[in-house]
Order: sequence, then structure tokens, then C-alpha cells
Amino acid sequence: MTGATWGLVASTFAASFVEFVEALTIVLAMGVTRGWRSAIAGTVAALVALTAFTAAAGYALSTWLPESLLQLVVGTLLLIFGLQWLRKAVLRSSGLKAMHDEEEEYAAQTEAARRAARQSRFGVDTFAFVVSFKGVFLEGVEVVFIVITFGLSAANMPAAIGGAASAGVLVLIAGVILHRPLAAIPENALKYGVGLLLASFGAYWAVEGLGVFTRSGESLEWPGGDWAILALLACWLLTSRVLVKFLPRLKPEVAR
Amino acid sequence: MRFVKGFGQFWYDFIIGDDWKIAAAVVAALAVTLAVVLAGVSAAGAAIAGGALLLLFFVASVLIDVRS
Repeated sequence: MTGATWGLVASTFAASFVEFVEALTIVLAMGVTRGWRSAIAGTVAALVALTAFTAAAGYALSTWLPESLLQLVVGTLLLIFGLQWLRKAVLRSSGLKAMHDEEEEYAAQTEAARRAARQSRFGVDTFAFVVSFKGVFLEGVEVVFIVITFGLSAANMPAAIGGAASAGVLVLIAGVILHRPLAAIPENALKYGVGLLLASFGAYWAVEGLGVFTRSGESLEWPGGDWAILALLACWLLTSRVLVKFLPRLKPEVAR
Repeated sequence: MRFVKGFGQFWYDFIIGDDWKIAAAVVAALAVTLAVVLAGVSAAGAAIAGGALLLLFFVASVLIDVRS
């Protein structure tokens, strides 16, 4: 494998790992408090829905959209996801927002599950089924977008899928063995890194895709070609560090 | 109707998330970049302007968020 392929695998692995850890916390909370049958049924239903969504989205994106429009759509979505993660990472690093804690998230989910009324259909607890389904599907759709985008940009879909799949298997094994949320994972640092990556690839693709509105309809060319992604990464990193340094001065009473 | 509402809510949560200003900043920055492209600026110049605008609009949205 080349360095670029390793980079691709590492990127999709890190991004997917964070999403799978969050999904695992939700499913664990439902399984422990409301019963494993319903939690697993919700998870399996979400995986089936995700497979259908991936097939439909993959087919639609690759056959109906011209390349530049595909870059604009996927790049814009990546930018929005990446910048949301970056915003949270900046606020957390500057002490303006509490660090994400899987133990706390797990406690909140289990508390909500204990309070919810018990309603069963076909022997499955509706609350646990719906919460597990939504958790896995929501986090899973983000993984699908990340894999499609990174795979297409590097023209290596198997490597992108491999990175995400290995993250999924690792989280699943850890969840089965530990039976508790993976709180020891440096999730905030991972999210910061992934946010920077998504923002850089997203900016590169979305701007290229604006070429769809020109007379030729061809993608815009960044100066330096693919090297522009590294320049964008450096710019996002620098900007985020400046914000981390500067933001606490705006709200010193909140910053910790 | 409940299904349609739930479906819409799902995609809103998924794309817009908990801070709509980020999505607004991205769309606004890309719209201004498109205006630069259509004004006839070279592709390289428009790409650099696009990158700079995205950084600028992101910073502005975070500053608005923190000040509010």
C-alpha cells in the first residue's frame, strides 16, 4: 500500500471510529436498561436500512450527477459536518464547552431509558428499538458519506470501506468484551483531527464543484492540484488554534 | 404526517445539526465564491478566494456563536 492509501485508510478509520463509539454508547444504554433483544433488533434494522440507503445514494450519486455537481454536493455536506466538529473542538479546547464524555452520555441515555414508558409491539420494546435504530442510522449515514467522499476523492473505494469496516469491527469487539462505553478513547482529540480533515477535503471539493455553474461545466482547478488540500489543512489548523487562543478572552467568565 | 415530520426532522438534525450558523456560513461563502467565478476571475484566483471566504465565514459564525 502507498502512503496515500494508508492516509485514506487512517482518515476513514478515525472518522468512522468516533461515529461507531457514539452509536455503541446508545445501543449499550438501551440494551442494559430495556433489554438486549430490542436494542439488537433496532441495530439490525438500522444496518439493513443503511445498506439500502448506501446502495441508493451510491447509485444516484455515481450515475445521475455530473462530476462537478457531485463534488459540490458531497463537498458541501463534508464541509458542514467537518466545520460542526471543528466548532465543537474549538469551543471545547478553549474551555467554552464541556468535553464530550461517553460516561456522561451513557448515564443520560440510561436515565432517559429508565423513565420512558414501556410499550411493546411484536415482543419488542418500542422505545429501545427506536432509540437504537435512530442512533445507529444517524451515525451510520455520516460514516457512509465520509467513506463515499474519501473513497471517490482518492479513487480507492475498497481502502475507504476497509478503514471504516475495521473501525466498526474494533468498536464492536471492544463493546462485546467490555460491556460499557469506550470512555478511555481520546474522542475529543480524534474529533478535532477528523474535523480538520473533513473541512479540508470539503473545501477543496465544494470549491472545485462550483465549476458546474460555468459555461464549460467543468470542475475548477486549485493551484497546485491535490497539494492544495495540505495547504487548506494547514489554514484550518492555524485558524482553529488562533480561535482557541482568542475566544476565552471574549467570555472569560465562562472559560475554564 | 407524523412520518413526514419525523423524516424532515431527521435530515435537519443530520445536515444542520445543533448550530445552523455553520451551514449558513458554508452556503454564504460558496455563494460569494460563485459570484467571483461568474465575474470572470481565473479558476485559480476563484479557488483561493473560495478557501479564504470559507475560513472567514467560519470564524464569523463561531464569533457570533460565542458572543450570543
